[in-house]
Amino acid sequence: MTTQIVPEQLDARRLLCPLPVIRTQDRVVEMRAGDILAVCCSDPGARYDIPAWCRINGHKILEISEGNYEFTITLEVGEDDAFDS
Amino acid sequence: MAKVKAVALISGGLDSLLAARVVLGQGVHVEGINFFTGFCVEGHTHAIRKRDSEKPKRNNALWVAEQLGIKLHIIDVVEEYKDVLLNPKHGYGANLNPCLDCKGFMVRKADEWAQAHGFDFLLSGEVIGQRPMSQRRDTMPVVARESGAGERLLRPLCAKLLPPTLAETRGWVDREQLHGFSGRSRKPQMALAEQYGFTEYAQPAGGCCFLTNREYSSKLTDLWRAQGNREYELDDILLLKVGRHLRPRSNFKLILGREEGENNYLRGYCKQFTHLHILSHHGPLGLIDGSANHDDLLLAARLAARFCQGRDAEQVEVEVHEHEGESWTTMVRPMPASEVLREWYV
Ligand code: SF4
Repeated sequence: MTTQIVPEQLDARRLLCPLPVIRTQDRVVEMRAGDILAVCCSDPGARYDIPAWCRINGHKILEISEGNYEFTITLEVGEDDAFDS
Repeated sequence: MAKVKAVALISGGLDSLLAARVVLGQGVHVEGINFFTGFCVEGHTHAIRKRDSEKPKRNNALWVAEQLGIKLHIIDVVEEYKDVLLNPKHGYGANLNPCLDCKGFMVRKADEWAQAHGFDFLLSGEVIGQRPMSQRRDTMPVVARESGAGERLLRPLCAKLLPPTLAETRGWVDREQLHGFSGRSRKPQMALAEQYGFTEYAQPAGGCCFLTNREYSSKLTDLWRAQGNREYELDDILLLKVGRHLRPRSNFKLILGREEGENNYLRGYCKQFTHLHILSHHGPLGLIDGSANHDDLLLAARLAARFCQGRDAEQVEVEVHEHEGESWTTMVRPMPASEVLREWYV
């Protein structure tokens, strides 16, 4: 039997960059390595900024899905958290 | 021995990129910090306006961190920054930019963060004489002193012209390998960028935020004058970055989207504001900021019609949605250009 990990949700709609990144960062700090977070955004800039933030901070983008003027970025929290380093 | 750790203030421009690179090159562990005041030039306008969609919508601070291969911490200081903007001890620059107080504030916040997270020193990309207010030889010590960072603050690009700091006296960095740049010329930085192989970087013209912008500062002054005090919320200052702002009467202001991207953004505020839609033609979405009576709304409708594709038509149909009130439609004659007074433009 496989266990399905239910992602935590973060609503960053109507926020403009860099606020979606800041909200993602502040949530990830409270999560553990391997946890999944789905961030829903409406600012097109976040589509670039959240993946960039993930790359430099060691988190993995699992999926980016597009909807009506909105998109959801799903990420997996990495091992190396800056606040422990 | 544990590796020495430094926090770099990353604005997203070339100087902070180089300063961090110089220290990284000396084997120090560097992480970046960037502050969001609400006035930052990043993202917002780039992302909102469709006509800018050809340009990459990147956040420059994140991009710099990625070039350097370092982590970046973006800190929301919107609330705390209000006091810096409203009560600057050292006054303002050419517009509403309180650069000297702002620098001191950011260095203080970075220093607090550094100490809380076990970092040894701070670094910033300042260059003596680069900017008229915050980067003069006589104001640099003010920033170090008033921020409380004192000798924990290293400025790698002009360190050789300043007294040695902690990082140098402790031998964490070699002073000889730091720089002695001064003045407004960008040539030394460009040469250093080339040496490191950085071919692409942001070149902010006026500074790192909207407060250095004359038009933005006049919109902010107008907002304060209209509400009778100098308070603001994040939405207020973000809205000043978007659209055409006209104040035809002292009791209200009309904000009009200039293209589809701005209309989309303004749509997000429709629940909070009385707003206007042009029904018969392609045109701007309008938000009414302030209290407008029926006569004011008719004036706003004619003004909005002036900026739609039916500006030369006899009649334009406009739908008015009153905040927490009714919606109604009206046919108006677009206002001719000669009736739109210059002083209405905020
Ligand atoms: S330009 Fe803006 S962000 Fe930069 S120092 Fe001046 S007030 Fe601060």
